[in-house]
Amino acid sequence: MTAPSASTAPSFAPRDNYLTADYSWRSWLLTVDHKRIGILYLLSVTGFFFLGGLFAVLLRLELATPQGDLVQAETYNKLFTMHGLVMIFFFLVPSIPGVLGNFFVPIMIGAKDMAFPRLNLLSWYVYMIGGLVSFLAIITGGVDTGWTFYAPYSSTYANSNVALTAVGVFITGFSSILTGLNIIVTVHKMRAPGMTWFRMPLFVWAHYATSVIMVLGTPVLAITILLLALERLFHIGIFDPKLGGDPVLFQHLFWFYSHPAVYIMILPAMGVISELVAAFSRKRIFGYSFVAFSSLAIAVLGFLVWGHHMFLSGQSVYAGVVFSVLSFLVAIPSAVKVFNWSATLYKGSVQLSTPMMYVIGFLGLFTIGGLTGLFLACLGLDVHVHDTYFVVAHFHYIMVGGAVMAFLGGIHYWWPKMFGKMYPEGLGKVSAVVIFIGFNLTFFPQFLLGYLGMPRRYHAYPEEFGVLNVLSSAGASILGIGYLLPMAYLLWSLRYGAEAEQNPWGAKGLEWEKAPTPPPTFNFDATPVVTQEAYAYADDLPPEESRTQARLV
Amino acid sequence: MSPLSGFFALAVQTYPGSGNAPLFPPSASTISGEVDALYWFLIGVSVFFSALICALVIGFSVRFRRRPGVHATPIEGSMALELLWTVVPLGIAMVIFIWGAKVYFRTVKVPSNAMQIDITGKQWMWKAQHPTGQREINDLHVPVGVPIKLRMISEDVIHSYFIPAFRIKRDVVPGRYSSAWFEATEPGEYHLFCAEYCGTKHSQMIGRVYALDPVEYQRWLSGTVAGETPKQAGEKLFASLRCDTCHNAQSGARGPDLAGLWGSEVELRSGGSVRFDADYVRESILNPAAKIVKGYEPLMPSYSGQVSEEQMLALIAYLESLSAPQGAKDRP
Repeated sequence: MTAPSASTAPSFAPRDNYLTADYSWRSWLLTVDHKRIGILYLLSVTGFFFLGGLFAVLLRLELATPQGDLVQAETYNKLFTMHGLVMIFFFLVPSIPGVLGNFFVPIMIGAKDMAFPRLNLLSWYVYMIGGLVSFLAIITGGVDTGWTFYAPYSSTYANSNVALTAVGVFITGFSSILTGLNIIVTVHKMRAPGMTWFRMPLFVWAHYATSVIMVLGTPVLAITILLLALERLFHIGIFDPKLGGDPVLFQHLFWFYSHPAVYIMILPAMGVISELVAAFSRKRIFGYSFVAFSSLAIAVLGFLVWGHHMFLSGQSVYAGVVFSVLSFLVAIPSAVKVFNWSATLYKGSVQLSTPMMYVIGFLGLFTIGGLTGLFLACLGLDVHVHDTYFVVAHFHYIMVGGAVMAFLGGIHYWWPKMFGKMYPEGLGKVSAVVIFIGFNLTFFPQFLLGYLGMPRRYHAYPEEFGVLNVLSSAGASILGIGYLLPMAYLLWSLRYGAEAEQNPWGAKGLEWEKAPTPPPTFNFDATPVVTQEAYAYADDLPPEESRTQARLV
Repeated sequence: MSPLSGFFALAVQTYPGSGNAPLFPPSASTISGEVDALYWFLIGVSVFFSALICALVIGFSVRFRRRPGVHATPIEGSMALELLWTVVPLGIAMVIFIWGAKVYFRTVKVPSNAMQIDITGKQWMWKAQHPTGQREINDLHVPVGVPIKLRMISEDVIHSYFIPAFRIKRDVVPGRYSSAWFEATEPGEYHLFCAEYCGTKHSQMIGRVYALDPVEYQRWLSGTVAGETPKQAGEKLFASLRCDTCHNAQSGARGPDLAGLWGSEVELRSGGSVRFDADYVRESILNPAAKIVKGYEPLMPSYSGQVSEEQMLALIAYLESLSAPQGAKDRP
């Protein structure tokens, strides 16, 4: 509809790219270029990441001693609430789709832009308005309900800025919906000639699956927040039993969105990993169609497991059993992906560049995160570990060990394409190792703390949990340094980094083979015509070796 | 768990003054051994698969590292392998599921001879009342070797009753009763935590559980002011709230006679039936018109705001006793 047509495209000087096309503020704030919008997202999610990280630093400092001595209990409760809200709604959900998805989905399918470029810009504005409203709620007193907003605490008892925060999250949800819609339509309607569904990179498949969840799940979050606001502001009894409501109903509605939301955060990360594994082993992804369909399987099954957050909340025992078995089923497609990625390395030509270091970190941490998910899906064991630090550790292994590692890996991999500059490789590897070590030191002790019985969201705790908490806080300081390093050298590289070639990794894919570095405003000099599958590394081999191309083991 | 856990064990041992820094919680109830067995099995599965993935990823990365003149061998995939790594994890997952469900059913199914203790949670304290009338706040004294059923309700927000040493936890929700049970096996003093975030002093909604030898428990009971038993208190309330004006055995009474109804299915005026239990009694006191018994008119006024959660538990204990076989509920 609003996609720019070739006739309106300005003609470029040979070296013109999307960054140099126009330098004015106006050209950035009113841009409809998906790449510039991706950069706007990169700036905003980075800001929110360090804000959420600041809250985490304060939490770990408080927890370094058993007594609640650094901040008041009320402040502590606000800190963990805002850490969760900022990291989930304003960093993890928009990070990979907003930055890398926006920038690369159109290029990877050979399109000039998203299907709805102006809607794309609107998504970013809606996200920023939601973010600023929530930020306003934070600086005018904060909120202390936990990111889960459980009623009736949030609707009746909490004295903090619940309504304003909820409005911020409510608004941001629309940004997700619009982004999801845009990606779905783009993938259906904007593929270049020859780009069939099964020639699409797995990154695009993962974003397609994510978008389906965004479009179907996010409205339920909006409804839940609206109901919560109605009860809080107008005392209409929905969740509070004193007003005739049902508190467990809130949990059903909340987790109906928020469990699939976990897959909104991890599926794009899986898409990134698929690209990186292929590029750095110079091989087609092992079992391409299994990896592609496992994303869709996760998207579908992910909607049927919300009740595993409620085994102890008073839902029926039989509902618990059904949710438990479905939760075990949703683990299988993730396991299939991990095995396929590992198998891709077999007989590959593996290069341990910085992005690949993040991939290896991801595979280790995501595997531990996924396996500990089985502990929580298991009814008899969940009774003990539910609402303890075991859950905190599991969740961070998936979200930080999984999604953030993949995000950083992806940023490093595509940085040369996005900005035309190379970052210092040695520092890149060092920071990947520092992050891996810091992460494990921070979160592994929390599994032990959880089984010991330390409940989550505790401002003070018994002395005997002290040692493991000190280890965790020490790890967090290493992790913090690990995150500041890439921030520093990536910024440095923008000015001082070596010029990047069009395809520094020798990777396959339209973004490397056909799009100049950095890409021009409409991505390609001419619409590409696709004649090969994704990851057609075998085509570069000498004839005698490429004959084995379709070999099955 | 991983090579890491060895490092942590070492760190914990060498940390100054770490005489009291356990890595594993005490195991002190009939169910805790079963939960631990499940835990160790899952750790075994996790170690196996983590080690497998680590070995594959690191092994392949080294063995097939990029070398000049050596190309990757193109491999499409393998249906046999895909089936293998779908079916084997699925089989293991189903074993864990069934085993976990079995343990869960044990934690849910309360033994019929359990002794009942009433728990009310409120911001930020736990109140307990024993069948013999003793009350305590934040502490809980229980005899070992006796199944204990907790009947729990919250006066305000959602809380969760968590005794790590017994491996039990259950949300304590406003507006409905929840229950949990355990049987302590080891005398000792254990943590009691609120596990569901409930506001400012959530981390101070904690207490101690004292598992006592039965003789010690009797001594504790007799050393504490007993007060009224919940049943006696309920009987007095039943009279002082004038419940007996309508709920009596006379023919033509305006409300159903409540003796003998406990635990039975009651037919409703609107059709269908409801189980006469704690939740139904509570609902009928607070919102009488919700479910009227067949043959009666909706005449009863609401007692909402007049009956506290603890009085409610007393009324329920009294009604329960009206239907109990003689002697069964009057255990000391």
